Amino acid sequence: MSELLKYPGESDTDNLPPEGKKAAHSRRAFLFKLSLLLNGAVGTVLAVPLVRYLLGPAMKKDSATGSWISIGEVSEFSIGKTRLVDFQSPVASLSDGETAKIPCWVRRASAQQFQVFAVNCAHLGCPVRWFVQSKLFMCPCHGGVYYEDGSRASGPPERGLFEYRSKVTNGSLMIHAGDMPTLATHASCAGKSLIQIEPASNAMGSKSC
Amino acid sequence: MLGLKQRGIAAGRKTYDWIEHRLGLIKPLAKAAEHQTPSSNASWLYVFGSAATVLLVMQVMTGILLALVYSPSANEAWGSLQVLNHNVAFGWYLRALHGWGSDFMIAIVLIHMAQVFLFGAFKFPRELTWIFGVLLLLLTLGMAFTGQVLRFDQDAYWGLGIGASISSRVPFIGAPLVHMILGGPIIGGATLSRFFTLHVFVIPGLLLAGAAVHIWMTLLHGVSEWPMPGRLVRKSTYEREYHELSEKKGIPFVPDAAWKDAVFAAAIIFAVMACAFFFGPFGPNGQPDPTIIQTAPKPDYPFLWIYAVLAFLPPSIETPVMLIVPVLAIAGMLLLPLFASQGERHWARRPVAVLTVSVIAVSLGIFTHLGTYTPWSPVMVAWSSDSVPPRYLHNRTPLQRQGALVLQNKQCRNCHSLDLVGGQRGPALDSIASRMTEDQIIRQVLQGGGNMPAYGNALNPSETKALVSFLTTLRGNDLPSAIDASRDLTHASENRAPQHTGSQPISRNP
Repeated sequence: MSELLKYPGESDTDNLPPEGKKAAHSRRAFLFKLSLLLNGAVGTVLAVPLVRYLLGPAMKKDSATGSWISIGEVSEFSIGKTRLVDFQSPVASLSDGETAKIPCWVRRASAQQFQVFAVNCAHLGCPVRWFVQSKLFMCPCHGGVYYEDGSRASGPPERGLFEYRSKVTNGSLMIHAGDMPTLATHASCAGKSLIQIEPASNAMGSKSC
Repeated sequence: MLGLKQRGIAAGRKTYDWIEHRLGLIKPLAKAAEHQTPSSNASWLYVFGSAATVLLVMQVMTGILLALVYSPSANEAWGSLQVLNHNVAFGWYLRALHGWGSDFMIAIVLIHMAQVFLFGAFKFPRELTWIFGVLLLLLTLGMAFTGQVLRFDQDAYWGLGIGASISSRVPFIGAPLVHMILGGPIIGGATLSRFFTLHVFVIPGLLLAGAAVHIWMTLLHGVSEWPMPGRLVRKSTYEREYHELSEKKGIPFVPDAAWKDAVFAAAIIFAVMACAFFFGPFGPNGQPDPTIIQTAPKPDYPFLWIYAVLAFLPPSIETPVMLIVPVLAIAGMLLLPLFASQGERHWARRPVAVLTVSVIAVSLGIFTHLGTYTPWSPVMVAWSSDSVPPRYLHNRTPLQRQGALVLQNKQCRNCHSLDLVGGQRGPALDSIASRMTEDQIIRQVLQGGGNMPAYGNALNPSETKALVSFLTTLRGNDLPSAIDASRDLTHASENRAPQHTGSQPISRNP
């Protein structure tokens, strides 16, 4: 046969004696195992950026999320009143649409004292509503209830409402907003004991967070 | 004419031979379809697996069609569903088919699972078929949850919040887990994108591959024969016995048994079509605007029972139950065939199995039913929209009527009903005065307790006085007023020498 018909690699095992074929098989089996090892190595290197990409959102440090933003002039809030305020989340991205708008309850307890509560119930995150007549926040999902200072009144929540860190700068009320508040992702509560289940009468005075 | 017909048949035969010689799939598939199955298997109770497969195919088809219009962006998703509902010909119907198909699929999968469990069909050699079935159930539920998120409305938004809140309770990795699920710090575009990816690529891929393996194993081992009391599964003899029943005395699956599958599949698809036509698509309800807080979020029907369970768990054990029980339940389902791979198959000889299915079915039914009307939730508008029954205002003093106003104005009705109207979070107040004395009512209102907030800060003395004087008139159908039994004893002991020294006053705390 002509040279052209030869396999590009090695093809001359066809005419080998049985022992030769066995040796060639053993060599090829070894090469196959070696190729598996090679693929394992390449796959591992490939996996590093893939896994890092996949875990990207989980690897951000909590403290790096969020920033101080103004949610209104101090004069917009009457002393002793609690009202709903919307703000644009500082961590929103372009594609977030209307979900970038976040509401919060602002309570002006005194001239200098503000409390800014997340609307998310500390139980499972449903939006709590303020009732000025009974001075209670009530959750429509599972019946969590909070007093005007955000402390737990009754129902399944195991703690008071989540509170944003707030300060007054140049006459405007600033809050530190970032993560959606949950039991694990509310930075300003870090390091505080979350369980405060006690009779409502005792819990009244104590503020949770 | 005859020649033409014969030539046509010959040409068709030749085409088939040409294709099959190259493809090599038609003959093996036809042979698999005609495999022998025990004659007892031509049963109307053996049709649920195939119906679930047909529903899966329908979900894939309608899903692909919906994806032609749906826009998986937080900006546009809700709007694109409105377009589907109103501007695209039959868009509403495709959405309805996909939504109802999802509910039907979950129902059929659960029935299939209960049937397989009660018939002991998970035993040797079908253990792995069951394990794949459990995974398919979880994937089906995963499709339902992610699909609910794609209907990017208020319920989807707050449902994601509930999901994130549950994940946040996982110890140590709570925060990274929340960020993983949301794709960022808040619910937004990234969240919808990843749920779209899960719903359209990841879970369907796993579901189709898993279903293929599940069906392959069903073909490999054959559909289990109708169980007989006393006929035990033994690893040493079962396969020989089954071979006897199927190959020797059996019937071909297609068409002798499969015609019932086919009829049932058609009936189920028709039922989905009818539900879709008469009841229409699910939502979308309000826009996913978090600043619209006048909403009472609720999950879709398949998850209502979880929503209900979460309302009843005591706060102190809630997190452990939420995190540990699902793991145990899933592990139990997965490991079941490994611990019960031999022995009795018939339900009449397996009382624990029957009891398990009954208890689970009744529990799921009760919790789902509770989830439809959420008696644990305050009715947010009851205080301003529900009336005080007129008979509770007849012949009442001005102070008492003033008390009725206080009751309404302070949102008491959100949690307490009068004449069956109002919230059901707290006890109905119609006969409260027959259960609590005036002192006890005052204490309960001002200090709360027993899952009631304290109203001491929200009521001034005159409001309290009016409210309590109204509440003391609520004695149901003229039941006697509650009395403090210890007061009589005290009076008696003041008036004459005590006869029972050491007797305790009867405690009547609420």
